[in-house]
Amino acid sequence: MSVAAPVHAPEAQAPPVRSGRVVRLGRVSGVVRWRDLAVPLVALIALVLVSAVSMGRGDFPIGVVDVLRTLAGLGEGPQEFIVLELRAPRVVVGVLVGLALGMAGALFQTFARNPLASPDTLGITTGASAGAVAAIVLSGGTSAGAVLGGLGIPLAALLGALTTGFLLFLLTWRAGIDGYRLVLVGIALWAMGTALTDWLLTNAEIYDAASAYVWITGSLNARTWDDALPLALALVVLLPAALATSRLLAVLQFGDDTARGLGVRLAPTQTAVVLLAVGLVAFAVSAAGPIAFVSLIVPQIAVRLTGGARPPLLASGLLGALLVVGADLVTRTVLPEALPVGILTAAIGAPYLLWLLVRGRRRFT
Amino acid sequence: MRLAAEHVRLAYDDRVVVDDLDLELTEGSFTAIVGPNGCGKSTLLRALGRLLRPAAGQVLLDGRSIARTPTREVAKVLGLLPQAPVAPEGLTVGDLVARGRHPHQSWLRQWSRDDEAVVTEALSWTDMADLAERPVDALSGGQRQRAWISMALAQGTDLLLLDEPTTYLDLSHQIDVLELVGRLHAERGRTVVVVLHDLNLAARYAKRLVAMKDGALVASGTPEEVLTEQLLADVFDLEARVLPDPVAGTPMVVPVRRLR
Repeated sequence: MSVAAPVHAPEAQAPPVRSGRVVRLGRVSGVVRWRDLAVPLVALIALVLVSAVSMGRGDFPIGVVDVLRTLAGLGEGPQEFIVLELRAPRVVVGVLVGLALGMAGALFQTFARNPLASPDTLGITTGASAGAVAAIVLSGGTSAGAVLGGLGIPLAALLGALTTGFLLFLLTWRAGIDGYRLVLVGIALWAMGTALTDWLLTNAEIYDAASAYVWITGSLNARTWDDALPLALALVVLLPAALATSRLLAVLQFGDDTARGLGVRLAPTQTAVVLLAVGLVAFAVSAAGPIAFVSLIVPQIAVRLTGGARPPLLASGLLGALLVVGADLVTRTVLPEALPVGILTAAIGAPYLLWLLVRGRRRFT
Repeated sequence: MRLAAEHVRLAYDDRVVVDDLDLELTEGSFTAIVGPNGCGKSTLLRALGRLLRPAAGQVLLDGRSIARTPTREVAKVLGLLPQAPVAPEGLTVGDLVARGRHPHQSWLRQWSRDDEAVVTEALSWTDMADLAERPVDALSGGQRQRAWISMALAQGTDLLLLDEPTTYLDLSHQIDVLELVGRLHAERGRTVVVVLHDLNLAARYAKRLVAMKDGALVASGTPEEVLTEQLLADVFDLEARVLPDPVAGTPMVVPVRRLR
């Protein structure tokens, strides 16, 4: 940064203003940081490879190249059936769930200016669990339980998550949303959701309790295209909308007063961000259960890899997908018995975050 | 009249902080609002900057109700620097100052040549150009405040509201920040309203003082008119002598003791 010899041209003296490359095309202009492009790109390539490996593993092993050929529409016979019908849905659900959870985490953490804000700590996934467990446990009993059971587990989970998200929004709202209050209200909702789930489990038949427990941990077992479809449709709407908030998030991050001073309409912007994040989590959790820690850890990993001032949305999504699919691959291949993927996302993600925390200078974001 | 408060009542929930207050700020003025802790001066500044909506009365910006003006329009005319603003960790000075262009930008136009020219100028004017690549959190308190002022400058508004910009700074950096604000007023023709604690500094830099007590406006005028021994007793419960500042000639308060 220090220029030893005096330079005469005035522009040459000062360092560049922005921390990225300026791009201008006609009236369109912006600043691009290469790490903001490189990290998602590398994550995407890794995601494709890990997904292909994952689809190749099983009782009937298929090579990565053959899997990729099949996905490109060049497969044949039994291979095509095994990849596209038996194995792809599980991986695709994993990818979509990871995308949604990673992005939702980035939205929450940037918005609340607090790395503890994630769907896990805010009670939204707990609400989904309560809904799903109620559907599993109560389906045989009372009439209300039968109705819930009739909805099916994914819909009950979606309902639980959306209800909690709505309560979170309603209880936090006071002419705007304060990030600190959001976290406190979220923790209270989390405690209530956990209590409800535990109560349901203690009263459950042993067989129901076991299957409910697997669901609570988060699993990609036996996912079909039917599980992927609602989530995929939701993401078609929610992902672009989330990416579109990025310019506003950059200003919201400065706190309410500065953001308003810079002309941001606070209430509608905050509402949009919270609703988007809740929607992403609700659909993700209803498809695969509350896969733990992805939303909490991945944005923090992403921001350390890109080196920016806030968790990057796209990189958080892609790294979330990579974590979920990677963890699922490990549970199915390396470990002696197939554990639910949620156990491993925490087991892989948490130490990696700790390593980044110990290594880095940055306190938190 | 650039900015005016008309019969405003300002309250947090049920607690009324300011009641029925009138204040007019003319084009090109440099006003300091002074008063004891809790007198409502920051609250008044927040209302003037449309961060707090009056429970009664209204704030007028260029003759128009500020509450009914789209906030983005306001942001092109009126800039504000909150008390102790916080920058996200890892954000560089250049990127911080560039955020000041937000009201002028759109999705497709995120960094036009205009933006770049204005921000470059704001950085060099505040002497921050060489630090553009530094993270804001790595700066000293005085440099950090300069960076924020630079951002307010980049916003390109002719009105500027600053809430205690010298808090947490040592005396030489307080002077540094107020010199900068004074130059914004003198060289850039900015209309400035600043909330200040230090009466001597307020008297030296501002052209007009507004004194508040218990949510009411007690006195308004030039520093000489406002900073009298009687007013210090009434407003600050302070027995003090007021002498001409040997350097600037403005009133200087020498405290004797607290009354009551």
